[in-house]
Amino acid sequence: MTDTRPTLDRADTRVRHDEGIAGAVRAFIDRVRSGDLGMLPVAVGLLLISAVFTVLNPVFLAPNNLVNLLFDAAAVGLIALGVVCVLLLGEIDLSIGSMSGLSSAITGVLWVQSGLPLPLAIVGAVLAGALVGLLYGFLRNRFEMPSFVATLAGLLALLGLQLYILGPTGSINLPFTSPLVRFGQLLIMPAWLSYILAVLPGAFLLYSGAQTIRRRAEANLSSAGMSVVIAKAALLTIALLVAVYYLELGRGVPWMFGVFVLFVMVLNYALTRTQWGRSMFAVGGNAEAARRSGINVQRIRLSAFVLCSSFAALGGVFAAARLASASQQAGTGDVNLNAIAAAVIGGTSLFGGRGSAWSALLGVLVIMAISNGLTLLNLSSSLRYMITGAVLAIAVIVDSLARRSRASHGRA
Amino acid sequence: MNGTGESLTKGDLILSLRGVSKQFGAVTALADIELDIHAGEVVALVGDNGAGKSTLVKVLAGVHQPTSGTIQYMGREVNFDTPGKALEMGIATVFQDLALCENLDVVANLFLGHEVNPWRLDEVQMEVRAWTLLQELAARIPSVREPIASLSGGQRQTVAIARSLLLDPKIIMLDEPTAALGVAQTAEVLNLIERVRDRGHGVILISHNMEDVRAVADRIVVLRLGRNNGVFTAESSHQDLVAAITGATENSVSRRAARKLEEAER
Repeated sequence: MTDTRPTLDRADTRVRHDEGIAGAVRAFIDRVRSGDLGMLPVAVGLLLISAVFTVLNPVFLAPNNLVNLLFDAAAVGLIALGVVCVLLLGEIDLSIGSMSGLSSAITGVLWVQSGLPLPLAIVGAVLAGALVGLLYGFLRNRFEMPSFVATLAGLLALLGLQLYILGPTGSINLPFTSPLVRFGQLLIMPAWLSYILAVLPGAFLLYSGAQTIRRRAEANLSSAGMSVVIAKAALLTIALLVAVYYLELGRGVPWMFGVFVLFVMVLNYALTRTQWGRSMFAVGGNAEAARRSGINVQRIRLSAFVLCSSFAALGGVFAAARLASASQQAGTGDVNLNAIAAAVIGGTSLFGGRGSAWSALLGVLVIMAISNGLTLLNLSSSLRYMITGAVLAIAVIVDSLARRSRASHGRA
Repeated sequence: MNGTGESLTKGDLILSLRGVSKQFGAVTALADIELDIHAGEVVALVGDNGAGKSTLVKVLAGVHQPTSGTIQYMGREVNFDTPGKALEMGIATVFQDLALCENLDVVANLFLGHEVNPWRLDEVQMEVRAWTLLQELAARIPSVREPIASLSGGQRQTVAIARSLLLDPKIIMLDEPTAALGVAQTAEVLNLIERVRDRGHGVILISHNMEDVRAVADRIVVLRLGRNNGVFTAESSHQDLVAAITGATENSVSRRAARKLEEAER
């Protein structure tokens, strides 16, 4: 720092500026203490849950069990991704379970019964989801119908539609040799590809971090420093490599999970780096302010509902692939709760305006770890429901407490 | 970004309202309002609580639509049917409640709805422009990467004003901009208003603070119970102004002044 002229953003001498790794750590601790918990609760929760279940039954941590867990996580994870979109606006969609069930039924009927090509059937199912989302958005915008009522009505109506199109047999088996079922049950990335994909995020972080620092320096703005970027990239790469190595001891990384993570990354980009994403956070934080700054609030709402139902529909297709069937039971039971719980546990606020696409990924891992661990302990589904319910309650309590703490520390 | 399509010279008529009325059910909030705004002038809008100032601002900002009357903007008759349209045509508003998103940081709030590069937000360029703008206003914002929730009232006001200037509007409307500000910041805002006026923008200033109004306003338009009640200049006497605002030469302000005078004489 031989530059004597203060950078554009460092003119105010009253502010402490955190630089380097120590600064980044200090800033992080400050944030957590003021209630800006971010991903911390879910990371701690995941470690705790894994430790407890491993002690109770060592099979939990076996590579192949984790591979299965990832297979199971993809479908609910996709649904949770859609839930993140509506939660960001402070809305909710309670019909995601029914929507996923309906979509699996549509896939089954179009593909197996009507003999349409598989891609067309999937497109049809997702389109149905988009239509339902459009309807919810319309009800919310036109009639100011609270989304929890509209989607509660949808929960019932969509379930009815699912039963109707499945007909009296009530269940359609998907052919085991078909690409869809293989995708849902067998297909694993080649080891070399998994390792490459594990290294890529770190490399990208390094590249974009260096770019940002260079551009900020050119614009006479300060940066946290390259050391922070390197540390982050190194930590991420090591974590991903260890994870892939461990999974490769078993069957490997499921394609299904890979596709889910791809969707997470795309949504993350859209939410953080595009005008649409900025508008989503603005509408969730203060809809009136967003409206006055010229954002089309109704269109943003519509987009969120459409995305949510479409993701739910795609999740339904994934679930059908996983189970190799489209049945009356698809999407019922705990699917709704699990998907919403995943988003909330991952750190997306129920009150709108806060959250991230990653919360769907982390949250669904927690939910699936609990469900998987309890199954390994041979607990009945009655106990599993109760425990999952308690975990959701705890997540919401943490969310509320953190919100209160943020308010008292002058953070949103 | 398209605020200044045609260049204006000082004194050109930008906006003119004729017979504008607004009714909320049985309540007539505005009745037959006439108002002209020229380039390079500061028009203060004063009046008691409930005089219709805020309603008039909301009509011009596209938040409310007038029940009747015409609005001419740049010589053409227009409808400001959405806030976005008013903004696009070059009428920027700083509302009394500021309308900031507390969960977003300063940069995001400044550029809300007008982000640089919609498909790949250019954070560096936005941050540079944010700092440049804030330094022009001599604003003391600790960090533009903090959420608005962590800023003080005065700092929020500054951010709100800075945001309205971002699009280089023809008219900027300020609803009670100095109500929450300290002495130095009030002076800064008044300086800023003059700077904006000197750049050829029209400024509509709404304030209860007569001192601030007299300091910067070229014309003072008085509203009373939703109607025009006289136009004054900074040279007009305080009594005349108060009389127009309260609707009587004999009012609580004059009575109080008379009583004080009596007490002093005794």
